[in-house]
Amino acid sequence: MSDKAQQIGRQVSVDLSERSDLITAVPLRHPWRLFSAVLLVGLVVGFVVDASHRKSYGWATYRQYIFDPGVAKASLVTLQLTVYSMLIAVVLGILLAVMRQSPNPIFKSVAWVYIWIFRGTPVYVQLVFWGLLTTLYPTVMLGVPHVVDILELPSLTDIPLFWFAVIGLGLNESAYMAEIVRAGLLSVDHGQEEAAKALGMGWSLSMRRIIIPQAMRIIIPPTGNEVISMLKTTSLVIAVPVATELYMRTRDLASITFNPIPLLLVASTWYLIYTSILMIAQHRLEQRFARGHGQARVDVITHSGSEISGML
Amino acid sequence: METGTELLMVDARHIRKSFGANTVLHDISLEVKRGEVLCLVGPSGSGKSTFLRCINHLEDIDAGRLFVDGQLIGYREHGDKLYQLKPHEAAAQRSDIGMVFQKFNLFSHMTALENVIEAPIRVKKMDRSLAIERGRELLARVGLSDKENAYPAHLSGGQQQRVAIARALAMEPKLMLFDEPTSALDPELVGEVLDVMRELASSGMTMIVVTHEMGFAREVADSLVFMDGGIVVESGTPAAVLNSPQQPRTQAFLSKVL
Repeated sequence: MSDKAQQIGRQVSVDLSERSDLITAVPLRHPWRLFSAVLLVGLVVGFVVDASHRKSYGWATYRQYIFDPGVAKASLVTLQLTVYSMLIAVVLGILLAVMRQSPNPIFKSVAWVYIWIFRGTPVYVQLVFWGLLTTLYPTVMLGVPHVVDILELPSLTDIPLFWFAVIGLGLNESAYMAEIVRAGLLSVDHGQEEAAKALGMGWSLSMRRIIIPQAMRIIIPPTGNEVISMLKTTSLVIAVPVATELYMRTRDLASITFNPIPLLLVASTWYLIYTSILMIAQHRLEQRFARGHGQARVDVITHSGSEISGML
Repeated sequence: METGTELLMVDARHIRKSFGANTVLHDISLEVKRGEVLCLVGPSGSGKSTFLRCINHLEDIDAGRLFVDGQLIGYREHGDKLYQLKPHEAAAQRSDIGMVFQKFNLFSHMTALENVIEAPIRVKKMDRSLAIERGRELLARVGLSDKENAYPAHLSGGQQQRVAIARALAMEPKLMLFDEPTSALDPELVGEVLDVMRELASSGMTMIVVTHEMGFAREVADSLVFMDGGIVVESGTPAAVLNSPQQPRTQAFLSKVL
């Protein structure tokens, strides 16, 4: 009997070692993950339940103002400030970075001085200066100072302060963007430029067609970071002064209602909505510029994909 | 002298090149006739690649004169002075000289076909549909018709190097330079690249090939130049240099690689 059992046992083990069908292993257990997830969910639920009953949050006021047309309009101003100033910053940043890489010493030093000044002084101070520009230069003349005037340009005072805010934010940000773009350009293998050169491409053609498109893969993630950072930096344009954007608008409302907390929550909600939209846009752009990077592309999709679905 | 020059595709006279205090090329003189295949061999650091890069002016030379198809490379000679060429003039000179790199250097954000048609469209201003048609012919010639939409990252080393050869040929060069084209390849992929180069040589293309493939050199090259320490040690037909090297340095090198 025991002999037979032994025989069966041997037979089974032989069978197992020669099986070629799919392995159905029991997955490794992660009990601590489950535990910490339950704990976190418990804490969050507790916080939410408590907050929803807490008077000082002023949920009634929050509901009253969250979709208030004035607040929505102010949030649109914030978005406009962000988009316009980032457009200036990206274009100027690429120009500055390319100038710094250029063989021309004049381009190089102009770009260096620009970055030195605009990155070296606080953005708030720069915004105050832009607001004072019309005081500094009430009229703009072309000619030799105090000698001869050739052409008088239309007065700057006719331009809405909004645009000074856009220029102020954009020029400041371009100094940072220049460094991000420069890092991207440096990340492209030197052989790419050499191959372009050997094919008879000039410097600007190889920059436009070969180097910059490949640098984009490196440039986009930190640029997305800068856009989101800019969305919040726009709250500083009161320095110009522009007071129509989201943060100042909610602060004004808070001074009417004498309750700042619900309006801070209103502002935060709008900032979070826009940040989420920007994150999706960034994800799309990353996919576009990852072409030709097979392995990296798969990583990007799964990584930031799970990140976004986790956030929304 | 001048009539002799017209037969020559490459005429290098007394080329000298240093990087700082390090002189890499001492007085190199070489001639390559039209339709000729010249193989440059020698130990690493002997200056072969640097010399190759001087021919299409990826490197400046410090002394001597370099002519390709009778044209002085990199400079314009006026009286007894040399004037540096403007960037677009130097670029125009390079567009006639194809180059294939050790590390392929395919444009990684472009498909195989896009790599091949980029320079004809942008530099030669060729009509796009014509460039695509010719690009497909070239990919077929290197045996990669089915890979025209593949990105370089999805191609093997041998396939990438064949695309790189097609890309260089798309500019209809009069001279092809190969800088160790098979050195970065897995051994089993070397053959497919050498096959393409063999076919190119038999079609009458003038080629200068820096290589360690002695079998290829023996079979395909019309002449073989052995360089060491920045000088031409020995040159002649592949059979003469490989079978009965005269110089001790050549003998020592060949005894190690053959």
